Amino acid sequence: MATIHLDGKPCAARSGTNLLQACLEAGADLPYFCWHPELGSVGACRQCAVRQFSGPEDKTGRIVMACMTPVTDGALLSINDAEAREFRENVIEWMMVNHPHDCPVCEEGGECHLQDMTAMTGHNKRRYRFTKRTHTSQNLGPFVKHEMNRCIACYRCVRFYHDYAGGEDLAVFASHDNVYFGRATDGTLENAFSGNLAEICPTGVFTDKPFSAAYSRKWDLSGAPSVCVHCATGCNIIVNARQDTVRRVLNRYNGEVNRYALCDLGRFGYGFVNAPTRIRAPLRVISEQQTPIPAQDALTRFARMAADGPVIGIGSSRASLETNFSLRALVGPDRFSTGQTRQEQTCTDCALSLLRAHPGAIPTLHDMESADAVLVLGEDVSATAPRLGLALRQSVRQPSFHAADAAKVPRWMDAAVRTLGAECPSALFIATPAPTELDSIARETVRTAPDNIARLGFAIAHRINPAAPPVPDMPDTDAAQADRIAATLVAAGKPLIVSGMQYGSPALMQAAASIASALATQNPAAGLSLVLPDCNSMGLTILGGLTLEDVLEKAATGEIATLVIAENDLSRRLDPSSLTKLKNDVPNIVLIDHTLTPLSRDAALVLPATPFTECTGTLVSQEGRIQRFFPAITPAAPVQAAWRWVRMLAEQISTNDETLPDRNPATDLRTWTRVDDVTAALSRACPALAEAINAAPNADYRADNQKIRSEPARASGRTVIRSHISVRDQPPPQNPDTPFSNSMEGAYSPDLPAALIPFFQVPSWNSGQSLTRFQQEIGGAMRGGDPGIRLFATPSDSPPEPPRTPDIPAAFTPRDDEMLLLPEGRLFGPEELSALSPSVAARSAADAPTLSLPAGTPYPPRMTLHLSDGPHDLATRPVTNLPDGIALCPPHMVMRAFAFPRTARLSPVTSAAAVTPGYAAPGHATPVTPSPLTPAPVTPIPVTPASGPTASVTPRRDRP
Amino acid sequence: MSPSDRPLTAMIDASAAPPDCTAYEKAGGWQATRKALKTCTPDDIIEIVTQSKLRGRGGAGFGTGQKWSFVPKKPASEQRKYLIANADEMEPGTFKDRLLLEGNPLQLIEGMLLAAYAIQASHGIVFLRGEYHLARRRLEQAIEDARHNGWLGENILGAGFSFDIHMHAGAGRYICGEETALLTALEGRRATPRSKPPFPQTGGLWGAPSVVNNVETLCNLPHIVTNGARWFLSLGTGADGGTKLYGVSGRVRRPGAWELPIGTPMREIIENHAAGMQPGYTLRAFLPGGASTAFLDATALDVAMDYSSVEKAGSRLGTGLAIILDDRTCPVGMLHNLEHFFAQESCGWCTPCRDGLPWVARLLAAIEDGTGESDDIEQLRRHTKMLGTPGRTFCAHAPGAMAPLASGLKLFRDDFAAHITGHGCPMRHAA
Repeated sequence: MATIHLDGKPCAARSGTNLLQACLEAGADLPYFCWHPELGSVGACRQCAVRQFSGPEDKTGRIVMACMTPVTDGALLSINDAEAREFRENVIEWMMVNHPHDCPVCEEGGECHLQDMTAMTGHNKRRYRFTKRTHTSQNLGPFVKHEMNRCIACYRCVRFYHDYAGGEDLAVFASHDNVYFGRATDGTLENAFSGNLAEICPTGVFTDKPFSAAYSRKWDLSGAPSVCVHCATGCNIIVNARQDTVRRVLNRYNGEVNRYALCDLGRFGYGFVNAPTRIRAPLRVISEQQTPIPAQDALTRFARMAADGPVIGIGSSRASLETNFSLRALVGPDRFSTGQTRQEQTCTDCALSLLRAHPGAIPTLHDMESADAVLVLGEDVSATAPRLGLALRQSVRQPSFHAADAAKVPRWMDAAVRTLGAECPSALFIATPAPTELDSIARETVRTAPDNIARLGFAIAHRINPAAPPVPDMPDTDAAQADRIAATLVAAGKPLIVSGMQYGSPALMQAAASIASALATQNPAAGLSLVLPDCNSMGLTILGGLTLEDVLEKAATGEIATLVIAENDLSRRLDPSSLTKLKNDVPNIVLIDHTLTPLSRDAALVLPATPFTECTGTLVSQEGRIQRFFPAITPAAPVQAAWRWVRMLAEQISTNDETLPDRNPATDLRTWTRVDDVTAALSRACPALAEAINAAPNADYRADNQKIRSEPARASGRTVIRSHISVRDQPPPQNPDTPFSNSMEGAYSPDLPAALIPFFQVPSWNSGQSLTRFQQEIGGAMRGGDPGIRLFATPSDSPPEPPRTPDIPAAFTPRDDEMLLLPEGRLFGPEELSALSPSVAARSAADAPTLSLPAGTPYPPRMTLHLSDGPHDLATRPVTNLPDGIALCPPHMVMRAFAFPRTARLSPVTSAAAVTPGYAAPGHATPVTPSPLTPAPVTPIPVTPASGPTASVTPRRDRP
Repeated sequence: MSPSDRPLTAMIDASAAPPDCTAYEKAGGWQATRKALKTCTPDDIIEIVTQSKLRGRGGAGFGTGQKWSFVPKKPASEQRKYLIANADEMEPGTFKDRLLLEGNPLQLIEGMLLAAYAIQASHGIVFLRGEYHLARRRLEQAIEDARHNGWLGENILGAGFSFDIHMHAGAGRYICGEETALLTALEGRRATPRSKPPFPQTGGLWGAPSVVNNVETLCNLPHIVTNGARWFLSLGTGADGGTKLYGVSGRVRRPGAWELPIGTPMREIIENHAAGMQPGYTLRAFLPGGASTAFLDATALDVAMDYSSVEKAGSRLGTGLAIILDDRTCPVGMLHNLEHFFAQESCGWCTPCRDGLPWVARLLAAIEDGTGESDDIEQLRRHTKMLGTPGRTFCAHAPGAMAPLASGLKLFRDDFAAHITGHGCPMRHAA
């Protein structure tokens, strides 16, 4: 630590940082624009000018940019110096020369860094008397809105989008006061992190387009701390709602996980919660139509079903621990299925045991950013865990940081570090069957089949640790490659191996773990990261249960009278024939879900549950981080949390029913009254998840004897907005599952537990830039500690399992008659819930599913892919370096239920009129563009023959 | 052959093609290269140049030997380094490098070779102003000629040193003359200046050690190495050594550029070489070394045109090529012309320059057009104060732009007042 003297006052400052950071950490108000804690300093905006004195005798000093000046012990500086203040005021005045002052119609208004900084400098009088320069704005696609006239040219957008996130289609054009930040031509921003521009931009140039269409000022939005549900990474988010609709999702800083950035799937995928596909009432089939019925009617019907015989519960990897556990408590552990296929469960079980047994580190995303050698083994992380991919993208900068250290250039001096590192070699190796977005920054890429990648992995492990089994029949070139990769990993200080279950191959993950363990024998920093598919895949795997195949077997033998399925669309997991058989074998299917799925039309009873934005729940991310999400909206009856439905179902079952064995009072779900009871019961019943109850403070948490306020002061318009109904002020809804007030009354401070922060705002800092006040140090942990509890952060104390000889797969040989079909790495479209979000659907609609084939062989422009649900006529797309014998298609977009890998036959298109059967991606099919402002009416859903989906759910797509 | 007292231009005949390798050698060329590569260590060359007190001729006047001394001492074979000739001559009123490039490109090539040997760089680059078409043709021909005769390429003179030169023609941005923006442009990126550290000598082009020297600076090297530091120092009239290309544009009888001892006063340059003012025009003020130097008036005509004397008089030597303001040209109009240029050429990186200079240009346009307001002078003065001090803007572009304005506001106070009170330019049709 150093001491700096700020206007005469001594302040502690961290050595190695710059004066701007030091001033902000000391609590001083020093305005800035171009500096960003994650992007470093470039000295472009000249806003953070201060006067620095060389010593006590120096009375004149000089004006310096705080962001470009390193902290030195004893530094003397003045923020209040008259000339420095005058200069800062002038800088704002220059920025305002061309700024349109359209705050009243600007989406940024009220949370605008430019507004805050303008007020902070005191600039309030316009002296420029000429016309303003104007620009034409661009259409940047469904996510980001562009209004270039508001630009103050801080260069943050391009520095984030291009330098940090690797995007190629946003740049600076022209020069002088005509600089233009945009694309070469109108068009959708291609990078998966484009939505962050709305938060990176200090004013309203780049704004959230879906939010803009359902706009509200920040002060009128109710916020809730939440966790993203669209992949297993566990990024922390804030959900903003008003008038019972979710308006937007913002990044919520977690120093160890997502930090300052969120992928577009996480930011824009929330739309399903407002969509017409939401289930708003209990439904049952009357005259072949799904028809709303009173809740009591539904419960009575369930009581009759339960009397028919055994009840089996099917949980879901996209549902919370509370939902899954309540269902398990209802039916008993022996009758609870995880809702995963056997192949999925083999993979997730494998991942869990490998992570538990790993003797080295299980890194967080932030840890991964500083890995100095990375091997990605058979996982396209930019499609399956985009935020993890972004962390790996930062890891390749390690050599440039070392070069900067050697040149005595501070690491935050961003442009200088990038110059010095211009030709530093990357230590990222990517072995995947198909090209990935990270290839361009990799030192080497390996394009081969998953089995060969696993073999390469085992060969690398053997080279690092000769005790690991050798791989027979390795070609010399592959062996040499294994040598090169092994040498780099061994030489690294913090090597990292990343794999996952995208290709459905446990061998890949075993190979990755084998390398990581081999490295860990010499280097405990050696990290292993395994990517799982869903937001609670890890939690569900720890909870355990039957596979779907087990359920099918029980159903076939008549052992199931009633299936209770929670938040799981089995049509995405089971082939149509299996699903049809299951439906025929089971008399009663009860579905608890928040969203209509193709499965819901087959359910005898559909109960409306809450999505993650309307309930409290706990998830376990792939890195084993238990995290809690809180509701931004209090659901209106009969919609309620899935576990509440399960509890009500339990009340319908007679207590002496011997088919339900679990009558242990500790888990007697009929005593649960609030979510904390469920979590507590889970923590008691499941020792591996004992910490779940501590993932965040519970609903009893009070600060200064008050609940935490959900809205910034001063929320307005509460009475106006519903004045057509009543002008009386409505009391805020009470929710027993949260410690939040659902109003602007209550406690709020930067020292709240970080898991409970519903929005970021401090006096003078109304934008998200106020985050610096909530951190222990800028870029470090939150003042209340980073949210979440790690399950396997440290190597387990239990004795390592005896080394098991891994099953090294045989080398892949292309077949003449069939192709090996693998998932195409595609972010928008395949994921179930986000596909129902209008903005994500619009983004994926531009990119129709294709069949990717090796570029070397000439294929016709269209081919027929023969899958178990019939032939699919698809346009072909040549992919360079795709290995022979391998074809790619987007998961769930061609055939809804699809597990990889599998082999499939290709044939030339026989008839131009061939039509793809099966389901189109739901996103393509939303019949009307839903307005987030108008809740969807619950419409009866016609029950149609099992041959195809219904128009109001997911109609088939017409092919050209 | 006795050393010339005008070494830079001795071989230049404006009416003929530049010397080819043979003619160049016959006239004394390549002697320095032979001497350097056969008998000197790289450090010897740095020492000779340091002793000669050669200062950068691009305008900043930084000691050339000192600039080189920061380059890591590793031999060229062990570390990739770059020697870059800054031939992006875009300063308004300046045309000296063009004379050297068109007149004797081999002299530049030999200068680059010597500099490269001194800093042990094996890669040379000429960053040439895009509009210098003739210079480009002649330089490319000279590079080819030098390669053909073994003066560029592998193992020159069998001395174990390899060096070659790549030609890059700029796309026409003034800021590329700034050495770090030049490097960024060479990397294929926007021509935006860089912060220091790292200095180009340690982390320049693509992060490798790089030296950027002005064409005139480099052209001095063969003569310094051949004839020694003492000889070079003796050429100057004051503290600085050597000759300087001086020039004059404006309403003089014979505008042009001439090689003269450094420190020659402006009166002598105008009267003896430019043949005095045109009939009917008297000198009112002059920009001594390009558009980004402050105005000096007639009282400064006898100031020695060397780095420190001009600075003492309140301006900068700059490029040494003066622009004359005569008594029948409107100083406000001239300032508007200059500031419009600077506003256009701002790279757009930092706020004060990007948005301040266009404001200044619009104020001057308004005053010149007769729509000036009394507060406008204060606004202009505010800008000279806010933009004029180095360190407030990212690079020296805006301070350079403020130099003529700040001095002009003082020297031409009455003209500004007359424009505002008279609602227009009193001289508009006078010239």
